Amino acid sequence: MSALRGERYDSSALAQIVTQALGGNRRAIAQLITVVEQGGPAAREVLAQVYPRTGQAHLIGVTGAPGSGKSTLVNEMAKAYRRQDLEVGIIAVDPTSPFSGGAILGDRIRMRDVATDQHIFIRSMATRGSLGGLARATADATRVLDAAGYPVILIETVGAGQSEVEIARFAHTTVVLQVPASGDEIQAIKAGILEVADIIVVNKADLPGADNAAAALEAMLDLNSVPTGPHHGRDATAQPSTGDADSIEHHWRPPVLKTCALRGTGVPELIEAVQAHRAHQQRSEYSRLKERERVEGELRGILSQALLRELLNRLPAAELERTVARILAREQDPYAAAQVLMAQAGISQNRKESTA
Amino acid sequence: MVDRKVRVLIAKPGLDGHDRGAKVVARGLRDAGMEVIYTGLHQTPEMIAQAALQEDVDIVGLSMLSGAHMSIVPRVLAELKECGLQDVSLFIGGIIPDDDIPRLHKMGVRGIYGPGTPLEQIVAHIRTEVGDD
Repeated sequence: MSALRGERYDSSALAQIVTQALGGNRRAIAQLITVVEQGGPAAREVLAQVYPRTGQAHLIGVTGAPGSGKSTLVNEMAKAYRRQDLEVGIIAVDPTSPFSGGAILGDRIRMRDVATDQHIFIRSMATRGSLGGLARATADATRVLDAAGYPVILIETVGAGQSEVEIARFAHTTVVLQVPASGDEIQAIKAGILEVADIIVVNKADLPGADNAAAALEAMLDLNSVPTGPHHGRDATAQPSTGDADSIEHHWRPPVLKTCALRGTGVPELIEAVQAHRAHQQRSEYSRLKERERVEGELRGILSQALLRELLNRLPAAELERTVARILAREQDPYAAAQVLMAQAGISQNRKESTA
Repeated sequence: MVDRKVRVLIAKPGLDGHDRGAKVVARGLRDAGMEVIYTGLHQTPEMIAQAALQEDVDIVGLSMLSGAHMSIVPRVLAELKECGLQDVSLFIGGIIPDDDIPRLHKMGVRGIYGPGTPLEQIVAHIRTEVGDD
């Protein structure tokens, strides 16, 4: 195994690899992604050096149900960006088996066309299951590519859960794939597609039902885009709250596009829409607010994990076990148990009330 | 906090389309808790080396049933070296005549597993090769 793996690492070797990666060395980039994916002190050291160089890339999330054509579409999008002479980073996420902790990462199968392009970097990642861990690892891997100078980064995830929504929050532009005959528009509402998507794509548009699917999605978007201002007898004094990104009307109606990724049809229009979305964002206040919100959310997430770790460090190892046993025996409820553990660790909850 | 996983590339070079063996091995390694990057069929030596580089794998496994192993394996090894990956361990599976086995070992192939090899044996080989015991 490489000297960078595991708990111990050589700090000066790491610094050298960071320098190489920032200069665009592909092997060094690959090694750094491994380090940040693993987490721990080496990852923190890398991020400290990489972070100041980030913030340049356009991060594009591509999500959708398994089999909807994400990898094939990402392959075509990468080719389209290459025609514009842009280098492309791709992070393709596949699920970790909850039973073994292993994973089969198969997105490269659909990316053969770009497999040997020296200006495209493809990295497969497994979800690895830790709570909030996927979003962190994906974000950090993206940062390595961003700092190494990739101006476009495509992040492909299976759209089936909370962590994918987190990734959508992290991306600047989120493309959601639908396929014909995948349920009515209520399914689309349930899946949260309309909230997450900046661009909706009906892929496999050569199949029957594509026009219906696109029309149904358009109709749902019409319901969605009711203006937020006072109108139609709504209380004119009601003010939208200010300061959070979602409350600001950013006047972007997600376009519904049809593609046939296997043949590349509709892809130029998709790239155009993605770039239009980016330009729109950069003009509006919205992207600045969204970025601020994301950074705060990330900081809060890191703090809560660090605090949890610190709390558990302060407790005798067996104490958690004993508490779990008491809760199982119905001698204590989990909320009261948490209070007791916090008090034992020297963290008083009452302070919160007095300062609130 | 360090979340360390063995990463394996399973690739099928050359022109034959019999990928059942590669899929069985990929699944077996996943079930042993490894992350398997599966590239699918018809991979060129260059594609295999590029995938190994970008994915930062610990070990590469090739499935060879076409009989072309004596010409393809040296090219894969050369491409890996070209990418600075001479330390990445290579093993092969499939139909390999006994006479070729010593020659492949001499080229630098670290493991050769024919049909019927128990998956545990391949898992154990990988763990030893990558120092993950």
